[in-house]
Amino acid sequence: MKRLTLMTVAAGLLMSTAVSAQTLRIGLNEDPDVLDPHRARTFVGRIVFSSLCNKLVDITPELKFTPELATEWQWSDDGKSLTFKLRPGVKFHDGEPLNAAAVKANIDRARTLPDSLRKSELSSVADVEVVDDMTVKINLSRADATLLSQLSDRAGMIMSPKALAAGDFSQNPVCSGPYKFVERVQNDRIVLEKFADYWNAKDYNFDRVVFQPIPDTTVRLANLRSGNLDLLERLAPSDVPAVKADSNLVFAPVSGIGYQGLTINTQNGERAKSPLGQDKRVRQALEYAIDRDVINEVVGNGIYPPAGQPFPEASPYNNPKFAANKRDVEKAKQLLKEAGVDKVKFELTFGTSTTAQQIAEIIQAMGAEAGFEISLRPTEFAAMQKEAQAGNFDVNVIGWSGRVDPDGNIHPFVTCKGALNDGRYCNAEVDKLLNEARVTSDEAKRKQLYDQAQEILQQDLPIIYTYYQPWPFVHSKKVQGFKPYPDGMIRLKGVKFAS
Amino acid sequence: MLRYIARRILVAIPTLIIVSLLVFALQKLLPGDPVLTMAGEERDPQVLAYLREKYRLDDPIPVQYFAWIGSALTGNLGISLRTDIPVMELILSKLPVTLELAIMAMIVALAIGIPAGIISAVKKGTAVDYTANVVALSGLSIPNFWLGILLIMLVSVRWQLLPASGYVPPTEDLWLNIKTMIMPAFVLGTALAASLMRHTRSAMLGVMRSDYIRTARAKGLLSRTVILKHALRNALVPIVTLSTLLFGELLAGAVLTEQIFTIPGFGKLVVDAVFNRDYAVVQGVVLCTAVGFILMNLLADILYVLVNPRLRHAA
Repeated sequence: MKRLTLMTVAAGLLMSTAVSAQTLRIGLNEDPDVLDPHRARTFVGRIVFSSLCNKLVDITPELKFTPELATEWQWSDDGKSLTFKLRPGVKFHDGEPLNAAAVKANIDRARTLPDSLRKSELSSVADVEVVDDMTVKINLSRADATLLSQLSDRAGMIMSPKALAAGDFSQNPVCSGPYKFVERVQNDRIVLEKFADYWNAKDYNFDRVVFQPIPDTTVRLANLRSGNLDLLERLAPSDVPAVKADSNLVFAPVSGIGYQGLTINTQNGERAKSPLGQDKRVRQALEYAIDRDVINEVVGNGIYPPAGQPFPEASPYNNPKFAANKRDVEKAKQLLKEAGVDKVKFELTFGTSTTAQQIAEIIQAMGAEAGFEISLRPTEFAAMQKEAQAGNFDVNVIGWSGRVDPDGNIHPFVTCKGALNDGRYCNAEVDKLLNEARVTSDEAKRKQLYDQAQEILQQDLPIIYTYYQPWPFVHSKKVQGFKPYPDGMIRLKGVKFAS
Repeated sequence: MLRYIARRILVAIPTLIIVSLLVFALQKLLPGDPVLTMAGEERDPQVLAYLREKYRLDDPIPVQYFAWIGSALTGNLGISLRTDIPVMELILSKLPVTLELAIMAMIVALAIGIPAGIISAVKKGTAVDYTANVVALSGLSIPNFWLGILLIMLVSVRWQLLPASGYVPPTEDLWLNIKTMIMPAFVLGTALAASLMRHTRSAMLGVMRSDYIRTARAKGLLSRTVILKHALRNALVPIVTLSTLLFGELLAGAVLTEQIFTIPGFGKLVVDAVFNRDYAVVQGVVLCTAVGFILMNLLADILYVLVNPRLRHAA
């Protein structure tokens, strides 16, 4: 028996050193969906694309744009066309060259493919023009300040036109990123290997990258601790103290560009006809009843920074004036009194996760002290989504993964026809300001518009923001050079194993 | 004989139709909208409309049913709404994984359950018997997921002996395959081992009281020979029947075990598909399982008749 154990240990050691010399193993929170940037919808899918597919532009940790496939870009004076100069000598994984025709083919596909999920992101594009082999010009039907940020994500990923023509792209994705596709076993792994002809191959150090979906956070962390993983995304906040105490692990959290909040049904069907839905003072009272610092400390273990607005602290559009209010139960009671109600009943719906459950319970307890009688209703996510759209809810605990451009964090949620406006909040003035902001490219002017809209929203409170969604990464000590980005993506440039 | 087989097959057909109807109807009763799940965070209305049309979700439910069952009859179970992979291909690639897990778990269950049952029967009323009973009861009452996590923490994290989760096909690396499957098979097997142990014990006790055992002892045979050669053989008959029944239970238990150890098998496939509202996969998997069970039953019925001539006359 003893000998067997020793043999097991020895074999294990041998194997782990042989593999880990070149392979980086990344633990994901779930299995990605289709590996086609135009049809993909999952967050984890974007993480895989970050290594597989290059985009026209990328972002810096400070949310500024930086060249990737395009070396430079230029807006026309009227803001209605955007011209990109492409990086010379870039090849797709199948050896085809990257050129203006390829870029045009991709953007056209994203706009016209029937089940493309990128259509709304590119809705301002009128046509794409090949100026010369390495220059491409995008003409817009209206000014669109969000376009560059859209092109810094899936809408701007360029796939090999030859592979697209082959028809089974999602099974065999071919892009121009630092790593190329090897294989995928659904629910188990996605394997990429280094692309030797990558334009910046010297900055990428791993021969292979393996993405492993491990939905259970405890098991994901156990894999990292036992050496089966080198890096994982989305650590459970309750595991933060244990990770910090483990000298073999490095905790690398970053405050994200998304948020968590409470969406209130203000105008979606019968259930909106409640004091909470109809009277903004009641909503303000609820906001004052909530102590975001407690949520941060108790549930988030310090990684849930309080949020009072949709724009993260890293964003230039964040305004300290709208920072989260401190808890004030007296003020909450006062507001309820002004509204002429003393007991407000409502149902709080949330997804079935431990974190959401804890937050809902805390809100229930805090609300009770101010005069809210909150019943809790845990609902499986897909079911909750449908009920939300149908207006079958009072208040939902729901989050948003966030977009680099401020428009993506606010416009779809609070404009009258916003696709994600579940509570159907509608205010003509807010619509006007936000519609103007999306076509204004001057940062200072744009910020003014968002500030004005926020003045109104802070009073009306169709959404009570609770905290900014962090991206808590953890990696083993041997991984060096990893830098977490606020968009939660994993960029492997310069990342290596300690020698 | 042929008439008997034909009759059994005819009986299986309405069962299959009912199963297919049930699968389809239950699926429709699931709350949530597959299109909303598919359309991603942005929920573009244009895309929603297109997807509804593509997957015929706006058609009347009977029309949807016949379209599905029609292509299922030709062996086409559709493609996964989430990953574009054909459902049949998914099923065929996941089934061997779960079978391997179930077989290994069965081996664990037999290897622990039967010897423990024999020992506690032979040592009835002693401390050994009581200890075995307590252990068996704990085995029955400890939830799989708890034991699984505990083992991962101890064996993988603390001792770093085995991988914490995942799966490597035996064709790729047999040794690594066994290493990844030991813990899941143990977790799944122990619960069964407990009930196997209890049954072996009572079967053995029954046999040990019979006359021929007394005779064997009186002849002066070694105690070992009496127990293993004379008693166990007869006691094993009900145990073998039970084991085959338990094998079906194992496949169901594999669903949870696969979740804990992230094994990409049949159980994980169906659970993930339910959460992602991947209708095509859920329907395909459940239908295949049902067909499998019906075929096994059919086979068992036919075998019984072949083996037992008395049943042949009754048929």
